[in-house]
Amino acid sequence: MELNAKIPEGPLADKWTNYKGHCRLVNPANKRNLEIIVIGTGLAGASASASLAQLGYQVKAFCFQDSPRRAHSIAAQGGINAAKNYQNDGDSTFRLFYDTMKSGDFRGREANTYRLAEVSGDIIDQCVALGVPFAREYGGLLANRSFGGVQVSRTFYAAGQTGQQLLLGAYSALERQVALGKVTMYSRHEMLDVVIIDGKARGIIARNLVTGKLERHFGHAVVLASGGYGNVFYLSTNAMGSNVTASWKAHKKGAYFANPCFTQIHPTCIPISGDHQSKLTLMSESLRNDGRIWVPKQKGDTRKANQIPEEERDYYLERRYPAFGNLVPRDVASRAAKERCDAGFGVGASRQAVYLDFASAIQRYGKAAAHKAQIHDADAETITRLGKQAITEKYGNLFEMYEKITAENPYEVPMRIYPASHYTMGGLWVDYELMTNVQGLYALGECNYSDHGANRLGASALMQGLADGYFVIPYTIGNYLAGEIRTKPIPTDHPAFDEAEKNVQERLDKLMGIRGKYSVDHFHKALGKIMWNKCGMSRNKQGLQEAIQEVRALREEFWKEVRIPGTQNELNPELEKAGRVADFLELGELLATDALQREESCGAHYREESVTEDGEAKRDDEHFCYVSAWERKEDNHFELHKEPLAFEVVHLTQRNYK
Amino acid sequence: MNLTLKVWRQKDNQDKGHFETYQVGDVLEDMSFLEMFDVLNEKLITEGKDPIAFDNDCREGICGMCSMYINGRPHGPLHGTTTCQLHMRHFHDGETITVEPWRAKPFPVIKDLVVDRGAFDRITEAGGYISVNTGNAVDANAIPIEKDTADLAFAAATCIGCGACVAACPNTSAMLFVSAKISQLAELPQGKPERRSRAINMIHQMDVEGFGSCSNIGECEQACPKEIQITHIARANSEYLKATFAGKDK
Repeated sequence: MELNAKIPEGPLADKWTNYKGHCRLVNPANKRNLEIIVIGTGLAGASASASLAQLGYQVKAFCFQDSPRRAHSIAAQGGINAAKNYQNDGDSTFRLFYDTMKSGDFRGREANTYRLAEVSGDIIDQCVALGVPFAREYGGLLANRSFGGVQVSRTFYAAGQTGQQLLLGAYSALERQVALGKVTMYSRHEMLDVVIIDGKARGIIARNLVTGKLERHFGHAVVLASGGYGNVFYLSTNAMGSNVTASWKAHKKGAYFANPCFTQIHPTCIPISGDHQSKLTLMSESLRNDGRIWVPKQKGDTRKANQIPEEERDYYLERRYPAFGNLVPRDVASRAAKERCDAGFGVGASRQAVYLDFASAIQRYGKAAAHKAQIHDADAETITRLGKQAITEKYGNLFEMYEKITAENPYEVPMRIYPASHYTMGGLWVDYELMTNVQGLYALGECNYSDHGANRLGASALMQGLADGYFVIPYTIGNYLAGEIRTKPIPTDHPAFDEAEKNVQERLDKLMGIRGKYSVDHFHKALGKIMWNKCGMSRNKQGLQEAIQEVRALREEFWKEVRIPGTQNELNPELEKAGRVADFLELGELLATDALQREESCGAHYREESVTEDGEAKRDDEHFCYVSAWERKEDNHFELHKEPLAFEVVHLTQRNYK
Repeated sequence: MNLTLKVWRQKDNQDKGHFETYQVGDVLEDMSFLEMFDVLNEKLITEGKDPIAFDNDCREGICGMCSMYINGRPHGPLHGTTTCQLHMRHFHDGETITVEPWRAKPFPVIKDLVVDRGAFDRITEAGGYISVNTGNAVDANAIPIEKDTADLAFAAATCIGCGACVAACPNTSAMLFVSAKISQLAELPQGKPERRSRAINMIHQMDVEGFGSCSNIGECEQACPKEIQITHIARANSEYLKATFAGKDK
C-alpha cells in the first residue's frame, strides 16, 4: 500500500489554515446521527471526546481504569509548552516548530509539527477557560519556566502536577458532556479488537472488566487515544496498567506501526532499589532548571555527596555542553549519565546513579528573596531558609515524593537519579488528518507517531495530546464523516462482529487454559530485562539480533507456562495483565527489528555503530531519512514500508548543544 | 522483616466477605505497601490460590486509584500519603497489619479491596465544571488572577478523588471531595457565572448517591493524602447558603 500523508498544499505556515478552510463539514442534524468510539480518556481521549460531543456527535468513551480521571496523563509533572511569547524572549510558532524538529533529530513530519506549534497557544487559552489553575506571577498573569533543549521560557505549569490539572480540566469537560447525554462513558472496559467492515473501522469488541463479559459496540469511526508502550521495558515511569493493547490490536487489523524503536529514556528518575521494584518514578525535567547534575571526579568515590569538595565534582553536562548545560535534551542527558556510570563514576549503593543538586539554586533564590525583602545583611541561615522556601514553591511536591520513596531529604543532600523508560515517540502511523492507513481509524496523542520525530522535547507530550483532541480531530474527522452521513448504524450481529468476538474469546480461552507454572509478572520482568539491556539507551547489531531471538523464545514459553488464576467471568487483574503482556511480547520483537534496520543514530535511537568522534549520535540522512511503517503479516512477521521525509523549510543539520 | 496480614476477602458484590490471614516474609524497607502486596500475590499465585484484587495504577500518588484501609486508617498511618507512596520502613518486623476496602455504602465492594467509586464521577457530572466549549476561550492573559487566588484554587484542585475522605468520615460524607471542586471553581473568575447552580447541584447529587451529611468532625482532613483543608467545606457551605437564598443562576 502506498503511504499517503495527505499533506495540504501551500506554504508550511498556511497549510492548516488552508485545510480548515477547505475540509468538508457535517451539518448539525447529521452529526447527531453519527457515532464515534474513543478509546482512552487521557489528555487526548478526554479532550477529543468532549470536543466531538460539543460539536454534536454521539460519543462512546472507554477506559480501563475505574474513572476517566485516572488516565496516566494525570502523572505528568513539569509543564506544557506553548509559543505564547509572554516572556518577550524571542519565542514564536516557528521557533517552537523548529525546536521540536531539531530535538526530534529531523525524523518528524514538518507539516504535523508546524500545526502542533501553531495551535499550542489556543490550548493554554482553552485550559484557563476551563479553570485550570496554572502558576501565576504576582501581577496576576501566567508564569513560565524553561525545559530541556530550548533557550526560551515557554513552559506553562501548575507546580509539579501540570498533567493532573490539565487532565482534570479535560475530564470536567468530558463529564459535562456525559451529563448532557452526548458521551456515554464505559469505565473498567478494555478494548480487545477493532471491527473492520468493507475496509473501514466500524466498531470494537470490549471486555467489561468487572463481569468479564465481551461487548460489541458500533461506531462510524474509531479513535484510539490509548497512550504509549513504555511498559514494554517493564520498569518505566508509566502507570502499571499502561499498555499497547489497543494500538496492537489495530496493528494486527492492518494499521501500520511507525518508528517503534523511537523510545524515550528520561534522564531524571529515582534509581532502582531492588528486584521487588514495580515501577520507576520520574523527577520532573523542570528540576534541571535549578538542579545541577554531577558525579565525583574520582572513580568509585564512596564519600557522601556533601563531603566531596566543589573542585572534586564533575558537572559533566556543563562541561560537555556549555551552551545548554543541564538543559540539554533528554536523550543527550540520559546517554551522558549512562556513560559516566558505565565508566565507573556512578554514585549510591548500586553505582547506577548521578547527583542532581539544588544547593546552589537554594543559595541563589535565597539571596534574591533576601534582597527583595530588603534584608541586606542576611546571614547564611536566613538565605538558606528563604532559598528552601522558593524551591518548595516551585517543586514542593516533587521533593516530598522523593523523600517518601528514598527516605532522603533532597533539601539537604542531592537527589540520586538515573534514566528510565518514559515515553514512546513511535506509534501507529497516521496521516496529516491523524487517520491511520485503515479508513475511519484514528490515533491521537502518544499512541500515534506523528509529531516528535526521534526524540520528544520536554513538556510537549501534554501539548500534543491536547492539540490532537481539542483542535485537530474535531476538524479532520468531519472531513471523513461527511462521506458517512448515509451510513446507518450497522447492527452488531453483523458477521464481522461475530468473527472479531470469536477471535477475542478464543484468545481468552487459550490464555486461561494454559495453567502453567509462572505468573504474568515473571514473563513481563524477563521481557523488560531483554529490552532494557539490548534495546535501551544504547543498541548494536549483535545485541538486537539476540534480543529478537530471546523475545521469540520468551513468547513461546509464555504461551506454554503462564499461570492465570481465577476465571474469565469476574474481575481478574491477572487475566488483564496477561493479555497486555502477550501483546508486549509481540511488540518487543518489532521494536528490536525496527532498531536493527535503522543503522544510524538519531535522537533517542543510539546505534553504537554510528557515532561521531566525540561520542554523539550520528545521523545518516542519505539512507535513513524516512519513517519506518511496519505492516504485520502472519505469525508476527513484519514488512517495512518507508514514508520518505521531505523538508521544505528546515535544513538538516547535525544537532549541536555544545 | 516478616509480617502478618489480615486482609478482607470478598468474592463479589453479593458475597458477605471475611478476613483471611497471611504471612509475608522477606519484606524490605524500600518496598512500597503495594509492592509488598505484589510479593504476597506472587506467592499466592505460585501456591495456586486466588490473588488479592486491589486497585492501583500510577503508583506515584497522583491517579487516586489505590485505596486501602490500613490498620483502621485510609491509606495507612502516614499523614498526607497515598497507599502506593507508603513504604514498608514505616512498619516493624513481626507486626500484624489489617487491610480492608473503603467502607461506605455509596462505594460498593466489587471484589476484595476494590470498590466502585462511580458516585464521584456522577457528582462531577452534576456541576463540577465550567461550561465552555472548545474554541470559546479568550487569550489566557486576558483574565488576570491574583496569585493568592490562583494558589488557593490550585490547592483545592489537587484533590485526586481517591475517596479516603469518605472512608474516614463516621457519617460517610463526601463533603471534602465536593467542596474542593466547588471552592476551586468559585474562587476563579471563570467559575463565577455558574457558582450557585454548581453548589446546589453537586451537593444535591451527593445526597442522592447516599453520602451522609457533614458535621465538621474533621477526620477527612486528617485522612486526605493531598492535605486538602476543611476550610473548603466552610467555603462550600457558604456558597450553598448564598445560592439557596438567591436562587440558582439558571
